[in-house]
Amino acid sequence: MIKQATPGAGQSRRPIGRSKRVLPGFGLSLGISLFFISLILLLPLTGLIVETSGMTWDQFWFVITDPRVVESYKVTLWTAAAASLFNGAFGLLLAWVLVRYEFIGKRVIDAVVDLPFALPTAVAGITLATLFAETGWYGQLLAKAGIEVAFTPIGIVVAMAFTSIPFVVRTVQPVLEEIAPEDEEAAMSLGASDGRVFRKVLFPALWPAMVTGVALSFTRSLGEFGAIIFIAGNTPYVSEVTSLMIFVRLQEYDYAAASAIASVVLAVSLLLLFVINIWQGRYLKRLEGRS
Amino acid sequence: MSIVVDGISKYFGNFQALRDISLEFPEGKLTALLGPSGSGKTTLLRIIAGLESAERGRILFDGSDVSGLHVRDRDIGFVFQHYALFRHLTVGQNIAFGLESLPRSERPSKAEIRARVAELLDMIQLPQLADRFPSQLSGGQKQRVALARALATKPKILLLDEPFGALDAKVRKDLRRWLRALHDEFHFTSIFVTHDQEEALELSDQVVVMSQGRIEQVDEPTDLYARPESRFVFDFLGHVNVLSGSVQAGVLKQGPASVRLPRIQTTGDAQLYLRPHEVRLVAKPVSGADLPFRIEAVSLIGSGVRVELRPEGWESNDLWEVGMSHGEFARHRPARGDRWYVIPDVGHLFTEDSRKPQTVYWEPPEFLETAGSGI
Repeated sequence: MIKQATPGAGQSRRPIGRSKRVLPGFGLSLGISLFFISLILLLPLTGLIVETSGMTWDQFWFVITDPRVVESYKVTLWTAAAASLFNGAFGLLLAWVLVRYEFIGKRVIDAVVDLPFALPTAVAGITLATLFAETGWYGQLLAKAGIEVAFTPIGIVVAMAFTSIPFVVRTVQPVLEEIAPEDEEAAMSLGASDGRVFRKVLFPALWPAMVTGVALSFTRSLGEFGAIIFIAGNTPYVSEVTSLMIFVRLQEYDYAAASAIASVVLAVSLLLLFVINIWQGRYLKRLEGRS
Repeated sequence: MSIVVDGISKYFGNFQALRDISLEFPEGKLTALLGPSGSGKTTLLRIIAGLESAERGRILFDGSDVSGLHVRDRDIGFVFQHYALFRHLTVGQNIAFGLESLPRSERPSKAEIRARVAELLDMIQLPQLADRFPSQLSGGQKQRVALARALATKPKILLLDEPFGALDAKVRKDLRRWLRALHDEFHFTSIFVTHDQEEALELSDQVVVMSQGRIEQVDEPTDLYARPESRFVFDFLGHVNVLSGSVQAGVLKQGPASVRLPRIQTTGDAQLYLRPHEVRLVAKPVSGADLPFRIEAVSLIGSGVRVELRPEGWESNDLWEVGMSHGEFARHRPARGDRWYVIPDVGHLFTEDSRKPQTVYWEPPEFLETAGSGI
């Protein structure tokens, strides 16, 4: 279960200098990869741009700043933020339990973590809506406490958190596995309390992976649709998410408007991934002493 | 602070890593735990530190039982083979870590911590590196920082787990000397684990040789080398030449090879252990010692010349080695492929039923007639 780190294993495979590559098929495999990336990523991107290019700048601005759409941005952003922060805390806990302890059923839990990826989001949405509805198992209990989840923005948070938790667990887990036990032992031999060991030794090592996981979880939540629409209630100005707005425009056969809103979501997601990558690169560079 | 290990046993599953170990580490001394991998030396060190717990036995610091104490409460400094520096903290922050971990009532002020860190950086001779990150340091520098970090809170006990194991030979030698000087200055009780016999003998006041979870011998370095008490210690400490054969009428024989054993009464199968510096090369066999060899290799590097010999017409499980000075070598020039003979000065005889050896001396007049022709 525990993977042994093999330092330098990757380097030894790299050819030295300008000699012929040892691994065959470089041209072919790179070609296929590029072709596929174009097909699944660049082609739809181009479609989006082509679709919106029929609009004037004013029209584009008008569509993406429509008050109802702007409200949906707000709802989407804060619910996605809440969901990904929740996942940051809970995902870390889950990864910690899976890496640090041996218990019966560990492998089952490890497999279940991926369930949100495997489950169709619509199924997740219906299930969550049923559970959290006022008559549902959880909804009943929460209603007694005066908390409404289904058909409110909180429902959106629940759906987003559910569908994106694997991102945090799966990015933190390998990093946690690689932390040398000596680091913790060293800290303890220097008199540090358990809390201090976690704050000063473990957390700084986990931090970059956690930020990445939370950011991935956040971007995924920005675009989540299937799981949300069943539980959100979709009340205009209250619980409409941006992806729903795209869907609404499509139903009105206003493809240009739909593409315009979609391009906003896309831009935000790409920007975020980009920023995270740069930040993480710098952070790791400093740790590895290449600065 | 003296350390007493009292009847420690440790299991990993069904494997017994330590078998009823009892030992005493005198206050202010530097002790080496020496043994091959799997001998239990690191486990013993970790139990003393409190990083591992034993199934049976007690650990006493200055007479008080610390077996139940957590590592953080034992007030020890621990140095790891792979440094275990906190890589996201600077050198200065690493060194300050122990001081900042003290409970608030005992913690020095920020200014005092800064002063102490500066003092330690001076001690490890790296005052300009306070703001570097560990990844920007060489291995030797990292280990010095690790030492400074362990010593920051002034522990009375310093434990080192193969502290020089990951360093190259030159750095290792420097650091070894430096650690010895540091120890002589501060007089903490130190224990270090090593599998390098040279390191153990050079650095320590007392050596504990371990094998398969047991203690083989505890002695000062000079005594340990001069009087190993078992075959294991002989084999483990430096090179040893072995002649196995049977003793009859005071002569140990194997095929054409034979050597007379003065003042030895035993008979039967026996092995004679001889250190490279306890034998000499001669051009012809002498009466009382006929050990023919073919020269296999000559190594000139170092303060002496080392000649490797292959037994001719008889068997030994390893090549023999003979040491001589460069001057002697220049006079006789034994070359590869030549046939030479060995005569012993001092040897150690193990018989089948004894664990400890009998020492054999071939004093003059045993080989008096050959003294002139020997190297």
